Amino acid sequence: MRFTHVLRASAVAAALALAATACGGGSTTSSSGDPAAAENPSFEAGTTMDRLAKAKAIKIGTKFDQPLFGLKGLDNKPVGFDVEIGKIVAAKLGIPADKITYEETPSRVREEVIEQKKVDAVVATYTINDTRKQRVSFAGPYYVAGQDLMVKKEDTAITGPESLKAANAKVCSVTGSTPAKEIAKFVDAANIVLFDVYSKCADSLRNGQVQAVTTDNVILLGLIDTSQGAFKLVGKSFTTEPYGIGITKGDVKFCEFINKTLTEAVADGSYERAWKATAGKVEPKVPTLPPAGACS
Amino acid sequence: MGVLVDQFPLFLNGFLGTVRICLFAAIGSLVFGTLIAAFRVSPLPPLRWLGSAWVTGFRNCPLAVVLFGFAFGLPEVGIGAPFEVFGIIGLTAYTSAFVCEAVRAGINSVATGQAEAARAVGLTFQQTLGNVVLPQALRSVVPPLGSVIIAMIKNSAIVGAFGVGGELFSVEGTLTAQGYPALVSLTGVALGYLVLTIPAGVLLGVVERRVAVKR
Repeated sequence: MRFTHVLRASAVAAALALAATACGGGSTTSSSGDPAAAENPSFEAGTTMDRLAKAKAIKIGTKFDQPLFGLKGLDNKPVGFDVEIGKIVAAKLGIPADKITYEETPSRVREEVIEQKKVDAVVATYTINDTRKQRVSFAGPYYVAGQDLMVKKEDTAITGPESLKAANAKVCSVTGSTPAKEIAKFVDAANIVLFDVYSKCADSLRNGQVQAVTTDNVILLGLIDTSQGAFKLVGKSFTTEPYGIGITKGDVKFCEFINKTLTEAVADGSYERAWKATAGKVEPKVPTLPPAGACS
Repeated sequence: MGVLVDQFPLFLNGFLGTVRICLFAAIGSLVFGTLIAAFRVSPLPPLRWLGSAWVTGFRNCPLAVVLFGFAFGLPEVGIGAPFEVFGIIGLTAYTSAFVCEAVRAGINSVATGQAEAARAVGLTFQQTLGNVVLPQALRSVVPPLGSVIIAMIKNSAIVGAFGVGGELFSVEGTLTAQGYPALVSLTGVALGYLVLTIPAGVLLGVVERRVAVKR
């Protein structure tokens, strides 16, 4: 069964490659959906915005391995909702999408790259919390993730964590993870199945050994994206993980600028477009922008 | 090292989980392995073929592959069960191949005259094997069987990766994810396995002396 997936995936990849060559060397096609860069915006001298707008370039840290949020494809460009948020901020600074340099920032290096000023901002499924606030400042949040459940497409019995017990459902997660601990509040220990990776959970859900998989909805959306329509998200988060944009600690003006940009992006529809072009392919419901936190 | 004390209930729970899995798998593989050995020396060719195929298949596949086959293969054809059952079945099937070969070595070590004499007095194949050959064969294979069972106890660490929650080895994963140092957690896990395997070795030594053939 795994083997046919591989075959199918490579067939799709081959088809895409063919389609790409067929299109011919058009270079501007990809930028058509990007937000338009502001023309010569002016900012107070000495601010981060002024520096970036004058340089007409920005370095953004994102993930390269998170489907739908920041995933680097075969064309070497990361795509996803985080990347789109980065483009929106850059556009407001007068920086077009092709002048953005992306740095890979996996979870454990995010504070360091900001402290060492290797990037100007980090948009990388970056949960705002107090430990991190001691080292960096957060603009946003621009999205609230949370632990959710993934079930088979045809499942109607499971509507949220409270319904798991009544359905006598087995729930799968990863050994030692926070989601595994969190779900223990809702189901008996005997009904929790633990694997070392989420892909095994997905396999077990497919063949009916478990009835639900639980972890952050962002990871689940990625699994749903590759399930060829076999799974769906229950869509009732029971924890909150506000995703913020990490910037240098104490850069209040840049933080306020980003928050204002996000509000404007909702008003002019670019926030919605960013979602629909990325994670919205799996979760059509456009999230509402959460209220901005205090800048400090 | 405080982890070992603080998290003792977790270690104990994992230890008991591993004991439970190993107990079922040990009994299962000893019984089943002996049966397969009987198949391999039986006068019926189909049984011999079945025995050889079983041993060839399970002795030559990595245990992880065998466990994966049961945990993800059986549900694919509509056979569902708790993952612990799949784990025990996989461990039993794998270990039974080694038990079979150890027992067969014992059977081969019984002098041919014994079986010939049994047949001469009119015993059937089952009677010959059950009352004459196997009792002598099993006595001489206690040390290799002991090694097979101890190897099985350690092999049981792999079932944790196939959905079996709460066995000893997965305790390390749980603790490391909570921020405890892996090396200390693994030391606790290692101690847990030693508590199982060393007494098992001693016990087998006693059994060996008790049933040894006086030659």
